[in-house]
Amino acid sequence: MTGTHHGIVASSNKVEIRSLDFFYGKFHALKSVTMSVQRNMITALIGPSGCGKSTLLRCLNRMNDLIPGASAKGEVLLDGSDIYDPSIEVAELRKRVGMVFQRPNPFPLSIFSNVVYGLKVAGVRNAARLAEVAEQSLRAAWLWDLLKDKLDHSALELPMDQQQRLCVARLLAVQPEVILMDEPCSALDPIATMKIEELMLELKKNYTIVIVTHNMQQAARVSDLTGYMLLGEMIEFGDTNSLFTKPSKKLTEDYITGKYG
Amino acid sequence: MDKRHFDVELDQLREKLVMMASKVENLINYSIEAIRKRDATVAEAALAMDKEIDRMEIEIEEAAISLMARHQPAAGDLRFLVGAIKINNDLERIGDHGVNIAQSAALLASVPEIKVLADIPWMAGLAVSMLKDSLDSFISGDPEKAREVCSRDDQVDELKDQILRVVLTFMMENPNFISGGMTLILVARNLERIADLATDISEEAIYIYQGKVIKHGAEKQSEEGSVNR
Repeated sequence: MTGTHHGIVASSNKVEIRSLDFFYGKFHALKSVTMSVQRNMITALIGPSGCGKSTLLRCLNRMNDLIPGASAKGEVLLDGSDIYDPSIEVAELRKRVGMVFQRPNPFPLSIFSNVVYGLKVAGVRNAARLAEVAEQSLRAAWLWDLLKDKLDHSALELPMDQQQRLCVARLLAVQPEVILMDEPCSALDPIATMKIEELMLELKKNYTIVIVTHNMQQAARVSDLTGYMLLGEMIEFGDTNSLFTKPSKKLTEDYITGKYG
Repeated sequence: MDKRHFDVELDQLREKLVMMASKVENLINYSIEAIRKRDATVAEAALAMDKEIDRMEIEIEEAAISLMARHQPAAGDLRFLVGAIKINNDLERIGDHGVNIAQSAALLASVPEIKVLADIPWMAGLAVSMLKDSLDSFISGDPEKAREVCSRDDQVDELKDQILRVVLTFMMENPNFISGGMTLILVARNLERIADLATDISEEAIYIYQGKVIKHGAEKQSEEGSVNR
């Protein structure tokens, strides 16, 4: 099935997915998915459980490589280059395309150590440089004023929404270009969710964001583009406002009005 | 954290509505002035102003619907968006009445001036002040001012009936004046509709800021109902 695409301009694509098929062993999880992720926009993937949205998200930084028996066919282009090309350094890819997970997962270290962990792994040892990046990253995640006087405290002491923002700061420290978020607010209360959503709207000025959410209202609130998936297929993809006011496909309308799923 | 992005978008919508309200007020004042000055040339300019108002109506309506679809607002935010859509429609219709008045000014300029015109400027003044005050009540969040506007509508209705009687009598006595008389009646009718729409805007402002529905005497009925229990 070919999905319906509204108003996508090719030249502003950060990530392009072309006829992507994905298998978990023999299970056909993604069926000829085609879509584009535009620069400095938030793209949301919605759909009922098991529709393939998290699978698709994990294809964008090859996290699915870690799953035994998983295989992909088709193309995923980052700035025009296929990320599944054998010459691609996966570790480098995952720095450019970082991920925030459903449950905040700060390391059992200090706040400071969490933020600079990626830098240290990359060999950065200069204390001034580490401090500078830590401050920049925490500021970008709206945490600096809250945490600047307790950088040596354990990250695990923080409330959940701050833990999630710390994970974002940790990601930002290694200067990604694309931020993938897999249901980043599922474990958070409504106020914490609102703070993460506001942060996303700020971050998109400098980053490209793709979010998977089972909360379609969240997709409506924050995203510029939305893709509705069902049973591994991209049913409809396009401008969020259009999709939520006048979707082209009945299947989309049924889902967003609560008649299905 | 500063304002929510949603609040920023609501502010932008409010500003657009304020701008549209200003354009509508200008058009009405312009058209009424044309009646006073017997200016036949204003109709085209009034049409152009109205075209811009129509364009803004569509833009504002689409923006409001988009905000409702994307943010699922509740409480005051929801009432504001529902009220904004209605006020937007009311403003566009007021603009249409302004064009009608401008077109009538052109017709009246071509017939001899008649003394019976005297009450039209007075009625126009009442309608324009109701419009201005209703818009103020919405913009500044003043439901008491809005209620006060609603109380003035009866006076405008009575004035329209009075003008109708006077003009009809004059037409019966002066058949040459029928064309001018019909035009005057139309002007009075348009002014009465402007006053009605100003009342609607006030009712919507009360709904936005107090959550109360007062149209069709609903508030009075509910008060009487509580007294009778």
